[in-house]
Amino acid sequence: MSASLSPLLPKVRQRTHWSERIAHLTLFFVLVLLLAFLAAPLLTILLQSVQDASEEYVGLANFISYAQTPALLDSLWNSLWVSGLVTLITLPLAFMFAYALTRSCMRFKPLFRSITLVPLLAPSLLSAISLIYWFGNQGVLKSWLTAAGIDQIYGATGIVLAEVFSVFPHALMILVTALSLADARLYEAADALGTSARRKFFTITLPGAKYGLISAGLVTFTLVITDFGIPKVIGGSFNVLATDVFKLVIGQQDFQRGAVVALLLLTPAFLTFGVDHFIQRKQTAMLSARAVPYKPKPAPVFDGLMTAYCTGTSLLILAVLGMAVFASFATFWPYDLSPSWRHYVMGLVDAEVGVGFVNSLKVAAGTAFFGTALVFVAAYMLEKTKGLDGVRGVVRLLAMLPMAVPGLVLGLGYIFFFNKPGNPLNWMYQSLALMTLATIVHFYTTGHLTAVTALKSLDGEFESVSASLKVPFYTTFWRVTLPICTPALIDIARYFFVNAMTTISAMVFLYSPETKVASIAILNLDEAGETGAAAAMAVLIAIVCATATLLFMWLGWFVNRRTQAWRA
Amino acid sequence: MLQPRSAPLNPEPYLRLSGIRKEFGTFTALQGVNLDIHKGEFICFLGPSGCGKTTLLRIIAGLEVQSAGTITQAGRDISLLPPAGRDYGIVFQSYALFPNLSVADNVAYGLVNRRQPRAQVRERVTALVKLVGLPGSEAKYPSQLSGGQQQRIALARALATAPGLLLLDEPLSALDALERVRLRQEIRSLQRKLGVTTIMVTHDQEEALSVADRIVVMKHGAIEQVGTPMDVYRDPSSLFVADFVGRINALPARLEGPGRVRIGEQSFECLHQGQAGHEVKLYLRPEDVLARPIANGDSNVFDAEIDKIEFMGSFCLVRVKSASLGEHKLTVYLSLNFLAEQQLEVGGRLPLRLLPERMRVFQ
Repeated sequence: MSASLSPLLPKVRQRTHWSERIAHLTLFFVLVLLLAFLAAPLLTILLQSVQDASEEYVGLANFISYAQTPALLDSLWNSLWVSGLVTLITLPLAFMFAYALTRSCMRFKPLFRSITLVPLLAPSLLSAISLIYWFGNQGVLKSWLTAAGIDQIYGATGIVLAEVFSVFPHALMILVTALSLADARLYEAADALGTSARRKFFTITLPGAKYGLISAGLVTFTLVITDFGIPKVIGGSFNVLATDVFKLVIGQQDFQRGAVVALLLLTPAFLTFGVDHFIQRKQTAMLSARAVPYKPKPAPVFDGLMTAYCTGTSLLILAVLGMAVFASFATFWPYDLSPSWRHYVMGLVDAEVGVGFVNSLKVAAGTAFFGTALVFVAAYMLEKTKGLDGVRGVVRLLAMLPMAVPGLVLGLGYIFFFNKPGNPLNWMYQSLALMTLATIVHFYTTGHLTAVTALKSLDGEFESVSASLKVPFYTTFWRVTLPICTPALIDIARYFFVNAMTTISAMVFLYSPETKVASIAILNLDEAGETGAAAAMAVLIAIVCATATLLFMWLGWFVNRRTQAWRA
Repeated sequence: MLQPRSAPLNPEPYLRLSGIRKEFGTFTALQGVNLDIHKGEFICFLGPSGCGKTTLLRIIAGLEVQSAGTITQAGRDISLLPPAGRDYGIVFQSYALFPNLSVADNVAYGLVNRRQPRAQVRERVTALVKLVGLPGSEAKYPSQLSGGQQQRIALARALATAPGLLLLDEPLSALDALERVRLRQEIRSLQRKLGVTTIMVTHDQEEALSVADRIVVMKHGAIEQVGTPMDVYRDPSSLFVADFVGRINALPARLEGPGRVRIGEQSFECLHQGQAGHEVKLYLRPEDVLARPIANGDSNVFDAEIDKIEFMGSFCLVRVKSASLGEHKLTVYLSLNFLAEQQLEVGGRLPLRLLPERMRVFQ
C-alpha cells in the first residue's frame, strides 16, 4: 500500500562517523592514483589515435592510413596466427601436465611443479636466446631444423617455440586450479553407476575444466600477442604488432599510428578480460562449499605414462634453461666451450649492466613494498568499509582494468601522457619512480585479486563488531586483518618483485640511459650481437628472482610461525 | 483517598521503533514496523527466513540504514547515528571472534580502547570469562574452543562494555542441538542477572518460546503478532502464527450456530460465536485432544482409530482417523506409558475428547 509513497520520502542518510571519513579519504587517494597512472595514460592513447601530429582532430584518418600500409597489415595477420598457433600447441601440453599433477598418483609432483615454474623467474626472452643456441645459425642442433625442412630458427618458428615455453607455466597454473576444483562425489556417483573411465573424462572432467580451458586459452593468446621480448630477439624480419609499436613510436616517432597499433593490441586483451570476468562468476557458482575434494587412486599404467610425459616435458624445460646457463659460461661459442666468466664480466662491467641491476633491484623493491601496501589498503577499503559508493565502483573497475592492458600499451600511454610538456607530472618521465609506478599498475590486478580473496575469507562481521565496541576500523585493520593476511601479503610482494625484475614491455618506453633496468639491458646486449652476455644477464636475473623467492618463502615461514600460532 | 504513587501505566519504552521501512531495490524487506521494547525485556524476533527479522536487527544496530522511520533508544533519537555512535553489544551467528587474538584479548577488545588501566581491564576480563562459564580460558585462541564456547566468549565480548542493549543475531543456529538448548538457558539467566535489554533473532520457535519475555512474530516484513510466549502459543492472532509456532491440526469445519461446529459428520461444542453456515478452519494443538480423563457422558468425544504412530521418546505423535471426522486425520500426543497401558497399536481404537476452550476458529 505504501510502496507507491516511498519514492516521495527523502532518502535516509546515516551520519558519517569520523573514522569512516579516514576510510573515504584513503579511498579517494587510491582513486586519484589510479586515475593519474592508469586511466589518464590510456585515454591519451585513445586521443592520440584520432589526432594528427599537431594534435588536430582527424577522426579515423590514422586508422585508414594504417589499413593502407600493407606491411603493417601483414604484422597484424602474423600476430594473429602466431598467437593462435601457440595457444593450440600450449593448451593440450599444459592440460596433460595439469591432469598429471591433479589426477594421477605419480611421484615427484612437487618437483615437476617447481620445474615448470622456473621459466617465470627469468625474462621471457631467455627462451628465445636459448633457442638461438640450440637451433640458431651456429646452434648445436641446427641440423635437426634443416632436416625438418625449416630454413632457420629466426622468424615464426622461433617465436612459436619460445612463446610456447614462456607461456606454458601461465596456462598450467590456470588449468591446475581448474582441475583441482573437482568434486569427488561426482566421480563416486559415476563409479557407483559403473561409468567407464573414458565417459567420466568426457562427462565430468572436461566439462568441469571447461572454464579453466577457455581462460587458459585466452590468457595464452593475449600474453603471446602482446609479448615484445621474444619477437624482438628471435623474430628476425618477421614482424608482429608488438615490434611494430616499438618501431613506430621509438624508431619513427609516429605516435599516431603507434596509438592505432596499441589499440589493436588492447582489443584481444579486453576481450579476454570480458570473457574471463564472465566465466569466473560461473566457475565460483559451480563449486559448492560442500564439495568433497577429489583424491586420485593409484593406477600403475596411467601413473607411469603420466610420469613419463612430465619427465619429458620437464627435461625440455630444463634443456632450454640449461642451454642459456651453459652458453653464458661458454668462452667463445661455438669454438671454445670452456667455462669462463667472460660474458658476466663483459655484461656487468663493460656494458654497465651492473648499474641496470641496481636500478632493477630498486624498482623491484619499490614495487614489492609500495605495490603491496597500495593494493592491500585499497582492497581493504573496498571490501571492508562502507559509503562513497560511486568512488567505490570506479576504483573496483580500475583495479580490474590492468589485467586487460598489455604492458606495451601501458608504457606507450605513459610516454604519451607524461612526456607531454604541459603535464605537471612531466618531471617524473624516465625516472625510476615512474617506472616503479608503471610496474605496480601493470601487475595491479593479480595482487588485487589475491588481497580480495584473502579479505573475503575473513568473517564479514569483524568490522560490525568493532563498530559496536567503538573501536575504529584502523585499529581492527592493524590488530586483526593485517596479521591474519600476512601470508597473502608476502605472496603479493613476491609476485610484484619477480615481475618487476623480469618485465620488459612497459619499461622499454620509459627508461633513460641513467635509469636503464637489467631486463632492458639484456635486450640491448642482444641487439648489439652480444648474445652470450645477454644470456649471462638473463641467467643473473633468474638467480636474483630465485633467491628473492626463497627469501620470501623463508620470510613467510618465519612470519607464519610468529603470527599464525592461532591457526589450529 | 490517595493512591500510592506507582510507575506510570505506560512507561516510556527503552527502545521505540516507529514506521521502520526498508527497501532493497523494488523488494520491500520491512513495511513500516512499529514496536516498543521496555527496559530489561528479552525480546525474540521470530519468523521464517526472509521475513525481515535480521534486517530489522541490523537496522537497530545501524549496520543497515532504514529507508524510512525512526528509532529512539533511552529517549535519544539514534535513527541516523552510525553503529559506533550507538549503544549496544552484538553477537553474530558466526561468532566473529578475532581468530588471531586470545580469548582475553577478544573480550578486552572494546575495553582497551577506553584507556582503562591495564589491571582494571584484566580484572574485568576475568570476571566476564567467569560469568559466561569459561574461567581459565583467557590464554586460549578461539580455534581451541568448541562452537558453544566460542559463542560464550563472543557474548562476553559484547557485554564487556556494559551496553544498554544486547543484540543476538541467530546466536545458536550454528551449534548442535544439545549445546543449543544449554546455551539458550545460560543466555536467559545471564540476561536476567544483568537486566540488559536483549533482542534475539531466531527462526526456531521452540527457542523463542523458552527464553523470550515477549515474542515478535514476523512475516513478509511486517509484525504478525507481539505477545508473551503463552499468548502467542495459546492465542495466535492469525493462521500464520498458529502454524508457525508449535504443531497444529488444521481442520475444515462448518459453524452450526453459536457455540457449535461440525467437523465431518460430528457436531462439537466450541466457544466461537459465529453465524451458522460459515465454512471455517478449526485449529487445534495436539495436546488439546485428550485421551483421558474421559468420563461417560462427556461432550466432544469421538471414536478414533490409530492410523500411525511416530515414536518421539517419552511420548508418541499419533495420527488418528475417525468415521465421524470424515476423511480428516488428527495428530495427538499420547504418552508412551498410556499406549503401553492400553496396549494400543496401529489399528487400535480409543475415545478422544476435544477441549472446546482450546479450539481456535478462523474464518
